[in-house]
Amino acid sequence: MSQPSNPSRRNFLQSAAAGAVALPLARAVPAPDSPQTVDASTAVAQSAIRLKVNGQFHDLSVEPRLTLLDALREHLALTGTKKGCDRGQCGACTVLVNGRRINSCLTLAIRHSDDDIVTVEGLAASDGQLHPVQTAFMRHDAFQCGFCTPGQICSAVALIDEHKNGPRAQRPMTDDEIRDRMSGNICRCGAYPHILAVVREFVGEAAADG
Amino acid sequence: MDNFSYARPGDLDGALRLVAQPGAAFLAGGTNLLDLMKGRVTTPTRLIDITQLRGLAQIHELPDGGIRIGALASNADAAEHDLVRLRYPLLAEALLSGASGQLRNMATTGGNLLQRTRCPYFYDVGFIHCNKREPGSGCDALQGFNRNLAILGVSHNCIATNPSDMNVALAALDAVVQIRSPRGSRQLALRDFHRLPGDTPERDTNLAPGEIIVAVDLPPSPFARHSHYLKVRDRASYAFALVSVAAALSMEGNEVRDVRLVMGGVAPKPWIIEAAPAMLVGKPLDAANLEAVAEAALRDAEPQADNAFKVALGKRAIVRALQRAAAGREA
Repeated sequence: MSQPSNPSRRNFLQSAAAGAVALPLARAVPAPDSPQTVDASTAVAQSAIRLKVNGQFHDLSVEPRLTLLDALREHLALTGTKKGCDRGQCGACTVLVNGRRINSCLTLAIRHSDDDIVTVEGLAASDGQLHPVQTAFMRHDAFQCGFCTPGQICSAVALIDEHKNGPRAQRPMTDDEIRDRMSGNICRCGAYPHILAVVREFVGEAAADG
Repeated sequence: MDNFSYARPGDLDGALRLVAQPGAAFLAGGTNLLDLMKGRVTTPTRLIDITQLRGLAQIHELPDGGIRIGALASNADAAEHDLVRLRYPLLAEALLSGASGQLRNMATTGGNLLQRTRCPYFYDVGFIHCNKREPGSGCDALQGFNRNLAILGVSHNCIATNPSDMNVALAALDAVVQIRSPRGSRQLALRDFHRLPGDTPERDTNLAPGEIIVAVDLPPSPFARHSHYLKVRDRASYAFALVSVAAALSMEGNEVRDVRLVMGGVAPKPWIIEAAPAMLVGKPLDAANLEAVAEAALRDAEPQADNAFKVALGKRAIVRALQRAAAGREA
């Protein structure tokens, strides 16, 4: 896909945000006679880390407080992973770390130097063939606005794996079990019935029959 | 989130040395601590990441037939482990009723024991009166929105609940918390681990500064066949309990040999119904006896303006949980 020359929504948002950061930064500088003793936000050094994301290594210099989510979005420009609540409640930031789904907003990038991280951008095969869960999301029309979709897809991919490798692998999951296991991903549009249909295809009765 | 320094020690002694520094806190799963730090509810200046400590994520059998769950075992791993699933299904049930698949992959056994209350007045620093966050500042919850808060074990300083499901099941299973510090090892029964608020609601547990949880031990259990964790909440999943009940029965035919009954969502700690064994052992589990236990369990309830419904809900939940436990699981 060629780069569009007209200003995209994302480019516009990024340049607008760049203008906006000047104010809070200026305010954060303490007055010379400030009684403040230790300001951890300036005293803490950056750390060098190497993140392996979607099979590629990235060397970064980060503050300890940088979340994995912000590292992916702001440092690696992998904006498929979404920031919804940023508090572990919505699941939009779900990624796979060593094959397991986690909320990337509630972990620090600095903790994941040795880990194998996969985001929604890394689910497709190297030839561009979409992951079966991705094609199933399209086939079942399992989204409306799409904001939660990368998290839903990553979560579904991990759930299917959990079921396959778990103690109940021989038994298909009921719809209630699927709903429960997918409940860490909120969809404000309410596409749940179609998302359920996707996951059922892989772990439900139909999957067992077929 | 304010910044902090970060260290990831490889051994327990190193971790204990580092956490003795001022402003230091252990970081395990991070699902609660980082969330609290984002809201500036707590502001450690040093995080000691303990996830590289060796051996603390294991789950294994003990010589007495019980099991040991390492403090770093994730809630997901504990719930799916054969030793837990088959011998302590009550614990597996409670773990799987908590949080989400993503959070259970991150959250640890030790961290779950230490998770802070979800009282909205504690969690939002915009409310200035919270004795748990700022000792002596008061309690906005008493006159505020207290629908989700505690009705048992409260004080005039704090009506926060312990939000954990795991802790409720652990209390019913007579769990013991294994603790290390530079001074050596000690253990605390789970029932003595969490504190009631009294005049010091800022202290959730009896873990002392500088100590670390290394494991939770479960004794051999006679309750595997007849136990049930009932969680009542505002939506079907991924919500904290309004009321929960861990009911564990040891049955010989229709006769009750032993029983544990613990409530969650109603108190600042897992709320053990101490009267249950005397009222049910050797007795038939008929409606009258179950309702009598439920009445006794909630007799001392001190509801607030918005949460009196928890009294009736709690009684019904106890009856239903005991009935389901009595009905038993498939072998």
